[in-house]
Amino acid sequence: MKKVLEGSHAVSEAVRLARVQMISAYPITPQTHIVEAISAFCADGTMNARFLCVESEHSAMAAVIGAASSGVRAFTATSSHGLAYMHELLHWASGARLPIVMADVNRALGPGWNIWLDQTDSLSQRDTGWIQFYCEDGQEVLDTTLQAFRLAESVNLPVMVLLDAFFLSHTYEPVEVPDQEQVDQFLPPLSPRIQLDTANPFAIYQMVAPSAYMEMRYNIQLAMELVTSRFSEIEDEFETIFGRKHGPLEAVQCEDAEIILATAGTTASTCRHVITDLRKKGEKAGLLKLKMFRPYPTDQIRRHLGQAQKVAVIDRNFSFGASGIFAQEIKSALCNKDVRPPVFGYVAGLGGRDVTPQTLEEIYWQTKNNNIPKDESVWIGLNQELVESWSN
Amino acid sequence: MEQLEIPSDDYINPGHLGCPGCGASIAMKLALKALGGKTIVVIPASCWGVLAAPYPQSSLDVPILHTAFAAAGAAASGIRAALDLRGDTETTVLSWAGDGGTFDIGFQSLSGAVERNEDCIFVCYDNEAYMNTGVQRSSATPFGTQTTTTPGQDWKKTRKKNIVEALAAHRIPYAATANVAFPEDMIGKFQKAKDLKGGSRFIHVLASCPTGWRVPSEISVKVSRLAVQTNVFPLYEVQDGTTYTLNYKGNRGVKDYLQLQGRFKHLTDEQIDRIQTQVDEDWNLLLKKVG
Repeated sequence: MKKVLEGSHAVSEAVRLARVQMISAYPITPQTHIVEAISAFCADGTMNARFLCVESEHSAMAAVIGAASSGVRAFTATSSHGLAYMHELLHWASGARLPIVMADVNRALGPGWNIWLDQTDSLSQRDTGWIQFYCEDGQEVLDTTLQAFRLAESVNLPVMVLLDAFFLSHTYEPVEVPDQEQVDQFLPPLSPRIQLDTANPFAIYQMVAPSAYMEMRYNIQLAMELVTSRFSEIEDEFETIFGRKHGPLEAVQCEDAEIILATAGTTASTCRHVITDLRKKGEKAGLLKLKMFRPYPTDQIRRHLGQAQKVAVIDRNFSFGASGIFAQEIKSALCNKDVRPPVFGYVAGLGGRDVTPQTLEEIYWQTKNNNIPKDESVWIGLNQELVESWSN
Repeated sequence: MEQLEIPSDDYINPGHLGCPGCGASIAMKLALKALGGKTIVVIPASCWGVLAAPYPQSSLDVPILHTAFAAAGAAASGIRAALDLRGDTETTVLSWAGDGGTFDIGFQSLSGAVERNEDCIFVCYDNEAYMNTGVQRSSATPFGTQTTTTPGQDWKKTRKKNIVEALAAHRIPYAATANVAFPEDMIGKFQKAKDLKGGSRFIHVLASCPTGWRVPSEISVKVSRLAVQTNVFPLYEVQDGTTYTLNYKGNRGVKDYLQLQGRFKHLTDEQIDRIQTQVDEDWNLLLKKVG
């Protein structure tokens, strides 16, 4: 049934449909609508689940780890500082090989306090062993959250579903909400890999010596290497039942594109309009929407970008002392190819600043009019007066 | 004192990695005798993270979930929630943290858990410093103690945090102290805690540490006993945060306890008198609460 839903509530609906049994969370703007709705589902009996209101995000992740280790399907949601505060336990969840699903609303980190869109919060959790999916709209959020449980339980790794603060979390859109029967067909009850059991006592997550630690880490990587093919199978099954799929990334008019814009999240939607307009003007523009970030779909990135003359990456995130994070990753995917397009890195829209069609067109023309990309990222739309007022 | 029959079942195996005379290992042995095999243990970073043995071994015959330093209260809550959802309300969830994982880094998560009145038993086995990392001071380290981060004349100048009072202030159904030199009392308290199922129960166990306290291992239990006999570590219970019961009245001077331990060896008679005054003050406050 089609409903007009907030992006946040697309998550909540998916969690309800996934028959999650245990949810633990701590409130942070702009994640609150997700957990408020789930809380209401638990309170009115719509969900047969326990909602554990803990005193911090660190505890929220520790609690879902405890629950998932005891054989129940578990979920949490957070944003920004909350995700940063969870950092230690993010490693714990993946090291423990637990199929936990989390929604993170991409929000800027302070100081200064800023509640608006910035993807550095989750991108700086890159090395924690979590699968990451950046979503573009409410439908993709709902579908990806459902798929996340299947995928997590298939490879025994945790999955993070990302949605842009406000532009997605607080935007209402028509979303197809599937029937419970269909979802049950797609997502069977959890069959846990491990489960604490007094009849069969063992210790988990204990000390491990150098003689075994590396093999444990390597097995996480082996599980990561399964993700691309498993996700593809899961999406095919999803499509059979629900009639839609989104892909681990999406190439829009990339086949003959001379310049490809690459970006993640809601900015991809704006890019769709921009490349349509540019095509009308005779420009051969394409879009590569980046969705799966870990594991990194290197082969597909190479396939879609390999034939372009230039690639322009729009990063709503930044790694200080280096560059935009998606730009870095795209460069590393291409670097071992003999023929590869130059990669132009742009940083735009940090801390919720608008990235308008005009911004993206400006990026397109800058890319077209320059032949050699700068090593550092180009920051778009800076107010030089402010920059100079804070200069060293 | 009433003599209890000590259960013969043991859930701790020989070969655990405790130091000789480790009070924390005796504490676990006694606790599990009382709680039995239907217990799941949560252990944050602590000496017990080592005592429980590295992969692929375990020194306990009950399941253990090891968790991050700050997270014992929350991890135990998550396990409790999952057990309840699976229809298992019988199994005891035992959070077993050291003083760091209780008084310091774990305090927030413990406070959150007991404020929710989680149906778990939370234990602090308190060896009064970060012993596993080489004897650094914690907020459980008593006034007057030398540690590796309060060395020489920079011995600890502030008092030990009163953790039982802090937990009792959460108005939990049961908070108590216990000591490995009083095994009947300790087993009785763990049995009582088990029977008071339904809410949060907290037991503060003084866990003597020959390594960090700088005492010979063979007097580990004797030193523990002296902590009670000198009223440095009184044995008492608090029900619902308000009803106090005293289990033992000590009558010896603190010097008997302090002089056996290398960590207090630097103290002058004046400083020992000051500690006696502090202990008397705390004891009188406790007596008032007992009524």
